[in-house]
Amino acid sequence: MLERAELIRQEYLRHDKKFPHVWCPGCGNGIVMNALLRAIHHLELPKDNVVLASGIGCSGRLPTYVDFNTIHTTHGRALTFATGVKLAKPQLTVITVMGDGDATAIGGNHFIHAARRNLNLTAIIINNNTYGMTGGQYSPTTPYGSKSTTSVYGHVEHAFNIAELAVVAGASFVARGTVYHANHLNTMIQQAITKRGFSVVEVISNCHVQHGRRNKLGNAVQMINSFKENAVLVSKAEKMTAEEMKGKFSIGVLCDVEKPVSTEEYDRVRQAAQTEAIRIAEEKAKNGVKRYEE
Amino acid sequence: MGVSEGPRKVLLQGNEAIVQGALAAGCRFFAGYPITPASEISEILSVQLPLVGGTFIQMEDEIASMGAIIGASLAGVKSMTATSGPGFSLIQENLGYACITEAPCVIVNVMRGGPSTGLPTNVAQGDVLMARWGTHGDHPIIVLSVSSVSECFSVTIKAFNLSEKFRVPVIILSDEVVAHTRESVVLPNQSEIQVFDRITPSVPPEWYKPYADNNRGVPDMAAMGDGYRHHVTGLVHDERGFPTQQPKEVEQFLNRLHSKITKGFSEIVMTKSFDMEDADVCVIAYGSVARSAMRAIKDARAQGIKAGMVQLVTLFPFPRKVVDSALRQCKAVIIPEMNMGQISREIHRVNQAGTRIIKHNRIDGHLITPNEILKHLINL
Repeated sequence: MLERAELIRQEYLRHDKKFPHVWCPGCGNGIVMNALLRAIHHLELPKDNVVLASGIGCSGRLPTYVDFNTIHTTHGRALTFATGVKLAKPQLTVITVMGDGDATAIGGNHFIHAARRNLNLTAIIINNNTYGMTGGQYSPTTPYGSKSTTSVYGHVEHAFNIAELAVVAGASFVARGTVYHANHLNTMIQQAITKRGFSVVEVISNCHVQHGRRNKLGNAVQMINSFKENAVLVSKAEKMTAEEMKGKFSIGVLCDVEKPVSTEEYDRVRQAAQTEAIRIAEEKAKNGVKRYEE
Repeated sequence: MGVSEGPRKVLLQGNEAIVQGALAAGCRFFAGYPITPASEISEILSVQLPLVGGTFIQMEDEIASMGAIIGASLAGVKSMTATSGPGFSLIQENLGYACITEAPCVIVNVMRGGPSTGLPTNVAQGDVLMARWGTHGDHPIIVLSVSSVSECFSVTIKAFNLSEKFRVPVIILSDEVVAHTRESVVLPNQSEIQVFDRITPSVPPEWYKPYADNNRGVPDMAAMGDGYRHHVTGLVHDERGFPTQQPKEVEQFLNRLHSKITKGFSEIVMTKSFDMEDADVCVIAYGSVARSAMRAIKDARAQGIKAGMVQLVTLFPFPRKVVDSALRQCKAVIIPEMNMGQISREIHRVNQAGTRIIKHNRIDGHLITPNEILKHLINL
């Protein structure tokens, strides 16, 4: 185990730059990064072929530390850049890492459209229920009633369920994991990367410094342990009543469907365009029709 | 019509000519969002790009279009988006990202009346200063304008070349009149068209520093997936591309961003002068208004007025030298614009000679006519 950790450290971290990282001690982001690196290592993806794009926030810093083709984009826009990269070079494995505010507030439109569009992309969304970097303001996943620096009297809005949002928006593969279940997370990230089509992994993570502290959820270890307590496997959750599921959430694969992938579908468009151009040229030659040209 | 195979005289509208120019310059990726009066560019590219192995995509908004074209550019593909005022507002965010990451790309803004939804089907030139200063922070940028269908073709090629050469986003300001005017233009043979491609690194990957300075001030650019793994960020970065807040590194980086444009000034700045040899009055114009101005100076000449015209093709960096010499040469300068006076501000700024400047502004959604300009020339 230690050996593999050392190997991953050696192989995938950018040793020459910018450590220590910006994350607070106990932050779940490191666990997500580790799970992602182990997934990429296990899948034996050549580093040159991996593109990692992120938005803004704590999660946005992740690509800085890892030795791939990395793009730290603007807030909420990681998927738009990823779309451009993927369409320009479909042979690359393009993965985005986003936060909850990043992906579903400012980037919400891009997120649902990326899911609908079904390019062969992977989105990893680290959900810590808050905007950690800017000081703990409420995010689209801050629970009703919670305190944040912009909801000191208790939050009056309702939270998004990111994974379910991805399912109804049309993603081909949607899973939810937590930073407690690190191996499970690694497996699901592998599934997501391998999946043909738009794949989403929502990772429930802890921000004990902002969200946790203000809502008395304990320190990093206590928060991470609470994920163990409250996570229910999807298969089990399906059999539970809404009352039984109160305060709990499901983990595992929520959706895994096959549908045409638009990255590949576009080749069909190119062929159709060629066929049409040939047809028009032949028609012109036959009829002597000269459109536009003198 | 595919990419031109030989010199051909064709009837095109401005938006079509921009498409032809983009394809001839090597554009192989376009992302856009429907908007009047720029939609033809999207529509035609959705047909043309797949024919040449390129990619067209319609995004969910202009923010996304801009993100996608930068992504494609970082992956090594020449890319473009086209929009109008409201969409141009949305692209500003990622436009700044293209500036700071030095991602070549071309943005066409077919100007319509504003502010806000404004006059969607009418002409205006209200986005001139926005094109220069729209995205936040000090940033270098190139803004070109087009006044004819023929220029739509040639300036678009130039836009791509400048963008690739200087690693900077280039904005083409068209307007509703140029966009929808049909004129016959001669499209040159593809082999006669000068196309510039970004310079890629010649060093091995382990030596590559993606933002290292060189004598051009423009770092060599590796594409994602070509073995030169590196980091791209919208944060101010050092020569290896990693975030920095070291004052010295920050200053060096930002100075280089600006100085690469200054160094390229003679190549970037394009103007056209007409009848300026003996002119004692002149019109300084750009975009479709330059066509009216051209007619006005001809009519003025017929009446014995020594009128000339300077047409600004490059709006930013501002063609200070040419404007300055016109101001020194003439006793009065007329600046017709379809806005409240955006380029005339720049001309006032460089008017060291204290030459009389007459603004002519029309903001009712209609093109300034030759007669309006002629009246000023006669009444001087």
